[in-house]
Amino acid sequence: MKPRFMQGNEACAEGAILAGCKFFAGYPITPQSEIMRYMAEKLPKLGGVYIQAEDEIAAICSVIGASWAGAKAMTATSGPGFSLMQEALSYAVMTETPLVVVDVQRLGPSTGQATKCGQGDIMQSRWGRHGDQTLVVLAPYSPQEMLELTARAFSIACKLRTPVIVLSDETVAHMREEVYIPEGLEAPEPPRPKPGEAEFFGSREPAGVPPMPRVGDGFNVMVTGSTHDSRGYRKTADPQVHRRLVTRIVAKIESREPELRDIDYYGVESPELLLVAVGSAARSVKEAVRRLLSRGVRAALFRPRTLFPFPASTLSQLAEEAKAVLVVELNLGQLIEEVRKHIKPPCRVEGLNKIGGGEPIAPSEVEKAAARLL
Amino acid sequence: MTHPLDPYLRPETLPTPFCPGCGCGIVASAFLRAARELGHSDLSGFVFVSGIGCSSWIPSPHFKADSIHILHGRSIPTAMGVKAVRPELEVVVFGGDGDLASIGLGHLVHAARRNLEVLVIMVNNMVYGMTGGQLAPTTPRGAVTATSPYGNPESPIDMVRTLAAAGASYVARGCVAYPRHLEKLMLEALQASGFRFVEAVSTCTTHFQLMLGTKSPVEALKKLRELVEFRDVMQGPREGRLPLGSWRPPGRRPGFVESLRGLR
Ligand code: SF4
Repeated sequence: MKPRFMQGNEACAEGAILAGCKFFAGYPITPQSEIMRYMAEKLPKLGGVYIQAEDEIAAICSVIGASWAGAKAMTATSGPGFSLMQEALSYAVMTETPLVVVDVQRLGPSTGQATKCGQGDIMQSRWGRHGDQTLVVLAPYSPQEMLELTARAFSIACKLRTPVIVLSDETVAHMREEVYIPEGLEAPEPPRPKPGEAEFFGSREPAGVPPMPRVGDGFNVMVTGSTHDSRGYRKTADPQVHRRLVTRIVAKIESREPELRDIDYYGVESPELLLVAVGSAARSVKEAVRRLLSRGVRAALFRPRTLFPFPASTLSQLAEEAKAVLVVELNLGQLIEEVRKHIKPPCRVEGLNKIGGGEPIAPSEVEKAAARLL
Repeated sequence: MTHPLDPYLRPETLPTPFCPGCGCGIVASAFLRAARELGHSDLSGFVFVSGIGCSSWIPSPHFKADSIHILHGRSIPTAMGVKAVRPELEVVVFGGDGDLASIGLGHLVHAARRNLEVLVIMVNNMVYGMTGGQLAPTTPRGAVTATSPYGNPESPIDMVRTLAAAGASYVARGCVAYPRHLEKLMLEALQASGFRFVEAVSTCTTHFQLMLGTKSPVEALKKLRELVEFRDVMQGPREGRLPLGSWRPPGRRPGFVESLRGLR
């Protein structure tokens, strides 16, 4: 197989197309621009639809409409636009609408340093919405993974009827590397109902995924973000209906953590120092771990490509023998909060953090922090 | 006992949750009668999209059809996504003046500019009904509402002329106090193409009686007739009276989804 030399954002868009994406709506924002440009060029030729929306809210809502009309649909944005999409993402969770949102993180808060890299949306991706909810977040660290994880995002979205976030960052999105295009990236259709079926929002299984009809196919489907019974009828006061629905929607994702688990692990089997990082930060950490290993330090990198649901049990097991866990992030400490929950004393959890100007964390800085901990 | 509109409704959702005398029922019936007149024996082929507010409940759950009850103010982009993927479906948006003319106004203007092939029906009761009678961008100047206790210091927006200026293919204003005329406008709109907008001037019997100074739904409907008059809608309101009628621009502009398909 001959590789292609691709930019992260282009690889992301190509991954979406290979997964079968037929609808893209977006609003211009740095640093995801190349995704829009790629989609604007390719989708019409493939029988798909590309729309430049009037704002991010319109982008995500038209993606929701397109998804119910039967298209595999996606939008791409960055931190500020991602914030604008959160209300609609909450709706997509509640209505079990499959869709993909790519967030190419830049340096906030606010407009901050808009062209520079940051990882300040980690908690936003998991907790940015109102209400009890969860969804799936994937975190690529190379153009190759931009392609593969975007395609995988569609597959998860369709199988589980859920929004999936591809959480990238400016460095990963703008770097160019060799990308191999694997076979079989096409995502399946969401489960479709048989004629006569009428329960599209409930399941006998506590974590079941109900079938999803397309509008216009004669099922008279009622889609609503209000609490609804299995047939879609609003039940805005019944405590049982609310509990059953929201508990199932959350369990649908949380209970599948083992099958969604996707970890890049590099280093010795039971490390004394475990390093945790995602996205571009993990690239420096990998190099640092390589150097530490060559000096005989028992170190390892734990990089959850499926960031949420968080692979908590795997992390706890791996850290059992560790003296310390070092969480390396291009923010002031977000992922570390998730990691802390799953590590027991006497193992220490420390952060190595950096923000400003898009400066990456150098492997030497990671090595220095590691030396302090051992 | 059967009603001629039964085939279009989900019987288990009736009676509606609307307050007695609310204009929403008249708007729903005007639309369904127009669909029936056009030969639709059911609502297959239609997809309804609505936002949040009392009138957004007209199609969801009452219409026996596909419906998407989306976020407050975001019915238009949702409808755009549906129409772009399934152009053969007739996509109809129902919403109130708060939903469409306040929080959702930006989307509406862009849909008219694009000439997006959807029909938008805006029930204008000049107030936020569901949340308790607050000021809307359509509330008459000086009117007392829950959130304008000293009188509304703002001027209302004329949605018909706003959307005509933005590029709509058909705009109209009817009133629930003239249901036959409203039905005729819906019929015209369903037969037209491109972006179509029908405003239905309505009452909120629960919250707007206060402003109208009326005591019963019947009185409110009578009073409503004093707030509207039949003349050229493009001339705008005069002495507080909203003109009723329809307007379409000369010539035909291509629709948005039609243009998107042309890119292939
Ligand atoms: S609150 Fe007003 S608009 Fe809402 S149902 Fe009652 S009368 Fe109708």
